[in-house]
Amino acid sequence: MVGVVWVGGRMGFERVLMDFNVDHFALFGLPEKFRTDTDLLDKRYREMQVLAHPDRYAGAGDEEKRVSMQWATRVNEAYQTLKNPLRRAAYLMLLAGRKLDVESNTAMPTEFLIEQMEWREAVAEARRAREQTELEQLYHRVKQQMKCRYERLANLLDDEADTALAEDEVLRLMFLDKLVSEIDDALVALEA
Amino acid sequence: MALFQIAEPGESAAPHQHKLAVGIDLGTTNSLVATVKSGVASVLPDALGRPLLPSAVRYRDGESPVVGYDALAGQSSDPSNVIVSVKRFMGRSIDELPYRESMPYRFEAGPGALSLKTVAGVKTPVEVSADILRELRTRAEAALGGELVGAVITVPAYFDDAQRQATKDAARLAGLSVLRLLNEPTAAALAYGLDNAAEGVYAVYDLGGGTFDISILRLSRGVFEVLSTGGDSFLGGDDFDQRIFCWVIEAAKLKPLSGEDARHLLTCAREAKEFLTNHGAAPIVARIGSGELVDLELTTETFTEITRTLVEKTLKPVRRALRDAGLSIADVKGVVMVGGATRMPQVQRAVGEFFEKAPLNNLDPEKVVALGAAIQANLLAGNRASGDDWLLLDVIPLSLGLETMGGLVERIIPRNSTIPVARAQEFTTFRDGQTALALHVVQGERELVGDCRSLGRFELRKIPPMVAGAARIRVSFQVDADGLLSVSARETTSGVESSIAVKPSYGLSDDAIARMLKDSLDHAKDDTARRAVKELQVEAQRLVEAIRSALVADGDLLLPDARERIESGIARLQAAMLGEDRHAIARCIDELETETGAFAALRMDRTIRDAFSGKKIDAIARELASSEKGGET
Repeated sequence: MVGVVWVGGRMGFERVLMDFNVDHFALFGLPEKFRTDTDLLDKRYREMQVLAHPDRYAGAGDEEKRVSMQWATRVNEAYQTLKNPLRRAAYLMLLAGRKLDVESNTAMPTEFLIEQMEWREAVAEARRAREQTELEQLYHRVKQQMKCRYERLANLLDDEADTALAEDEVLRLMFLDKLVSEIDDALVALEA
Repeated sequence: MALFQIAEPGESAAPHQHKLAVGIDLGTTNSLVATVKSGVASVLPDALGRPLLPSAVRYRDGESPVVGYDALAGQSSDPSNVIVSVKRFMGRSIDELPYRESMPYRFEAGPGALSLKTVAGVKTPVEVSADILRELRTRAEAALGGELVGAVITVPAYFDDAQRQATKDAARLAGLSVLRLLNEPTAAALAYGLDNAAEGVYAVYDLGGGTFDISILRLSRGVFEVLSTGGDSFLGGDDFDQRIFCWVIEAAKLKPLSGEDARHLLTCAREAKEFLTNHGAAPIVARIGSGELVDLELTTETFTEITRTLVEKTLKPVRRALRDAGLSIADVKGVVMVGGATRMPQVQRAVGEFFEKAPLNNLDPEKVVALGAAIQANLLAGNRASGDDWLLLDVIPLSLGLETMGGLVERIIPRNSTIPVARAQEFTTFRDGQTALALHVVQGERELVGDCRSLGRFELRKIPPMVAGAARIRVSFQVDADGLLSVSARETTSGVESSIAVKPSYGLSDDAIARMLKDSLDHAKDDTARRAVKELQVEAQRLVEAIRSALVADGDLLLPDARERIESGIARLQAAMLGEDRHAIARCIDELETETGAFAALRMDRTIRDAFSGKKIDAIARELASSEKGGET
């Protein structure tokens, strides 16, 4: 199949590249679900890198080295996307034809946004006052809420196939994710 | 060459032929070369049995440079021509060097990279490093009795793109083919992990002469996965010497020193540091140029006190690396200590206290990096034995980004991304009718461009004039397995394209490298030309055979006229092989390789895709494993 379009150096190569555009789940042979067997994902990832990684082709010609690099890059990208639950959810939305509109999040309910602002202020305040325990408590509260939301998200995506509600959940989780890294930053700043 | 052998990974073109490959630890203070012989990695010593090569080069007037111990011997008498710790200068501009004043060198700013004035002319850090590498190459070729197919050269994990590029340039200049640039802590983890069949999360704490690295790795069934890395490329054993040196000046109330005196006292400082590893106090006795006698005693307590901030400075990147990996101290199963500077008791103690476990010291911290590099080199050269089914997955240490409006950085690839990695981002024009876009590539974690490392600038021109915001400019970053970046930009509505392999502002141009290579080759002898013909004939023969067997196996991937072109390329090469014209043979090889490039890519793609396409990967992995066993008898 691929050979049919072989017309010379560069072109042939481009054709090769186009062919690996299967989706990330298919690449790893995993079902297109939010609930993912992460151990299996890890295992498949490693097996694929064993085959595709440039270290396996150090003695090969330039074209093969490039193909190997493209494949290894592709596998890395897919793995990083599926490994992180938030990125995995966003990717599932994308596959379902919903492009997340992160920039204009005005559609978020007011009370959620207010809660976010309050939390953020609490983090800033605890950071100023060097309240480590306070920061740690905040951290656990946010993490707890994220856990619940991930469970709900799994239901919405895998059982109810309600992408509209799932999108709302993903956007909220993105806020919380950002908040967690802010608390993290604050904790590190205290340590130093 | 051996263009087609990759279709059967693990099976080399000539299974019984052991290819000569080495691992090189190009250190700030000392360098080493190691290789794998009969499955065992060992460091190759010099003729006097000394494993280390001091990373020192002495330049002489009208004579070839001297490298290593002999260079060091001239240090006090001729300080400005004995270059030590050149690794600290790699990929750097003159303004970036700390303690420049206390160095006895005559620096020259130059347009990009700094350079040093010596009696043998102006030398760049790349050239000095190349002299060290050449010495190691000669040592290895003498010990192994043949020419090297390539080398794995280690770099600090925390080296940025400019420093990596400079290292690769130095290797090229020394006539070494670089199989891979390997991060030092990763190399150490490889040597340690394979030696101890380690599984789980390990930290590698690597304090060398001039650089500090921390890497967190997960070792799992033969896969060495770097989870995060961090460090400080301006922190190492040299800084401890410097602290002692400053203490001496203060304690002995010395006036500003001459270059010779400074060098002499720095040497005393280093000796005192080493002495303190096994003693409670070290004498520092020296007579300086003015006739004054320095006679002091440095105790462990004082040494610990004056270097406390340095030790603490290493723990900050350690914390960050753990956090980046999403792990806590309790998750770390062991801490592998690397680099001569980790011998200092206060460093051992601080690391032990931080990780709440005794550091692992069962491999020689000075050799472990070179050994790991040798193991990797052996594998990359194609000397794979059964059981060698491990893989390294490394990361980039620093985020890569582009300058945007207002001097801010738009991060394209975050730090600690597993390599190889690629990311693309879309940008647009901000003025009506704008036809060019300047791209400034930077590396670092800060938000302002001025605080990051500038890697290079390039311009995308001939964008068709459009209203502001209408152009779609897609900028792609690709980082390869050596951690080196290339960037390309494309206006997607018109297809205008521009790309650069990022030649850092501090790197060397290809022309400069070509000139240096020519200079060094001018000294070479004549019979190399004859040998080159022989080698080319062998290479040509191998290429022809490889293509023939590839055509038998996968000829169906080709259109008839493509196949014809390959056949006629083979015929031309075979004709050229009969003659002695090196250039004609090389040209025919090049042509044939170009002609078959896409075919090779198609074959490889078929191999990988067959392997991936939902078939049982386990089964394929087993197949590969068994074919390896068959190949390596």
